[in-house]
Amino acid sequence: MSTKHFNRRNFLKVSGGTLGAAAAGFSLYTPSASAAKARVVVVGGGMGGATAARYLKKADPSIDVTLVEANATYMTCFMSNFVVVGERELDYLAHGYDGLKAEGINVVIDRVVGIDDNAVKTAGGKTLAFDRCIVSPGVGFKFVEGHNEEVANTSVTHAWKAGKQTQLFHDQLTSMKDGGTVIIGAPRNPFRCPPGPYERTSLVAGYLKKNKPKSKVIVLDPKDKFSKFGLFTEGWRIHYGYGTEDSLITWVKGAEGGAIEAVDPDSNTVSAEIEEFSADVINIIPDQKAGEIAFTAGLVDDSGWCPVDLLTFESTMRKNIHILGDASKAKGMPKSGYAASSQAKVCAAGIVAQLNGHAPGSPAYVNTCYSVISFEPKDGISVAAIYKLREDGSKIQKMSGGLTPSGDKRNAAHRAREVDYALSWYENITSNTFAD
Amino acid sequence: MQLKTFAVTALSAAIMVGCATTQQPAEPTATKVVAKKAAPKAKPKVISGASGAMLASTCEGCHGTDGISQGPATPSIAGMSEDYLIEAMEEFSDGDTKSTVMGRVAKGYTDEEIVAMSKYYAGIEYGSAEQSADAATLAKGESLHNKYCEKCHHDGGADATDDSGILAGQWNPYLHYTLQDFINGDRAVGRKMKKKLDQLLANEGHAGLDAVVSYYGSQK
Repeated sequence: MSTKHFNRRNFLKVSGGTLGAAAAGFSLYTPSASAAKARVVVVGGGMGGATAARYLKKADPSIDVTLVEANATYMTCFMSNFVVVGERELDYLAHGYDGLKAEGINVVIDRVVGIDDNAVKTAGGKTLAFDRCIVSPGVGFKFVEGHNEEVANTSVTHAWKAGKQTQLFHDQLTSMKDGGTVIIGAPRNPFRCPPGPYERTSLVAGYLKKNKPKSKVIVLDPKDKFSKFGLFTEGWRIHYGYGTEDSLITWVKGAEGGAIEAVDPDSNTVSAEIEEFSADVINIIPDQKAGEIAFTAGLVDDSGWCPVDLLTFESTMRKNIHILGDASKAKGMPKSGYAASSQAKVCAAGIVAQLNGHAPGSPAYVNTCYSVISFEPKDGISVAAIYKLREDGSKIQKMSGGLTPSGDKRNAAHRAREVDYALSWYENITSNTFAD
Repeated sequence: MQLKTFAVTALSAAIMVGCATTQQPAEPTATKVVAKKAAPKAKPKVISGASGAMLASTCEGCHGTDGISQGPATPSIAGMSEDYLIEAMEEFSDGDTKSTVMGRVAKGYTDEEIVAMSKYYAGIEYGSAEQSADAATLAKGESLHNKYCEKCHHDGGADATDDSGILAGQWNPYLHYTLQDFINGDRAVGRKMKKKLDQLLANEGHAGLDAVVSYYGSQK
């Protein structure tokens, strides 16, 4: 491990000088053909890692880019709630790596077990040397008593990484009797996809309304507020009777004892802070932390997440290692797949500049995140924002953006469109990431 | 047209002097805020001057890699004329075009940045969506295009230099939404176009609009 500190101020000073040239030609980098091939190893083929690999290669084809990922197929977490309620099949979420291979990226399907100062070690015995390493490890879970990955695979799902558990949750819903109870446990901040648990709640309620109207969904939440709060609760009132006696949704907030302490999969009972709850189907989204390899590699601070320089996403704990996606502390931006993709582009541009002997240029960040409250009628909402880096590097500053209008400004036609835009968004963000 | 050219020239000049400097965040409602509050909080200084390529990368997650959309409700933006792209962004930002996310997004960029990203997309190649329609619909759509639209949307809607956006090979759902916005007055529309569109709708009804959309959508 290196103790040498990355000096952002100097980088920025130099970077200002290169911008005039960049603006004139609209291409930041002129890779020198004679230079020895630089090697970048990307650990993790999700939104952050796959996007970074692709944009590195796109910006400078001379860089030798290797992507190491444990699974041959990636399933997007976003849109997986559609699969839970049967609006889409599980295959809809699946993306492979053939597109990236075709663009000249080496794809290694293997599990990374360690990251040295200049090489990545895999479970399959490979040593992959690098000049720069990008780690996009996703999230790990902090399970409550009685809950673990094995339980999640067989009964009490988390389904917060899409795959078999998404399907299992769907199957549990469809085989549940009318009049049954579904419990969804929401996590503490910060966590992957802040509106996700509440979109899940909305869509499960929509499924019940249509198929099992005597049933209900109870959300157990350690928090007193959540992402897109006004929009979701308004939507729940409009579509699911929220706030009335017949509400399909009961939200138990933290102040009312919503925090889950334990689960018993055998009796289908959840112990929350004040009460016990029984249910027919239980889904608990655990509290979260950076993915395991980030801990193994010494990239995580006391918060459980990875501190980074916000210009290049280089770790502030280890030199030449960059961290992307939900695991990084991208102060000012939410933990979303779209944000990960945007940050990956900034990171890739910074690395390409540095490998070619330049300072990183000025960054630009974006987030766009859709949630569907209801499919019948179509009611979609979004949050979108444009960001720049604060001059002192302390935060990614929101420049504009906001939420879908609600209340008097609610526009039903736009809400229907936002569902179509969400589906369109999915096609573009996934093809942008996986080249598929 | 004259106004547009003036704006572009002014912005081009601005980018040359402004691109490498650090600027305050663009805050379109700043005047209102100042009027209400006696001492507005100083905004943190941010790093501006990102390159066209960097700025353009913020569009790609929704508008497709290299500005070619794979999603049916979202337009491709590659290969459009610079003027068209600038004007479209300004209209989103001003609210002249009503939108869901684009208004929120467009406000986040300075005039210089909008010019830079527009130049970038104007400089890369457009790609058509793969769509088809039956021969009768296409023939009908083509004849309606010739009668109502061709004067401004040259070459079957494929010519970027007419500054009216590329219609050929855009996704049908996107074209439908946009036409609907023009008809409803939710999108800025020139007098001439409004007149033609009203005529087309009066004479041919929604079937006429569908035929025109299918025609453009299936062009290369």
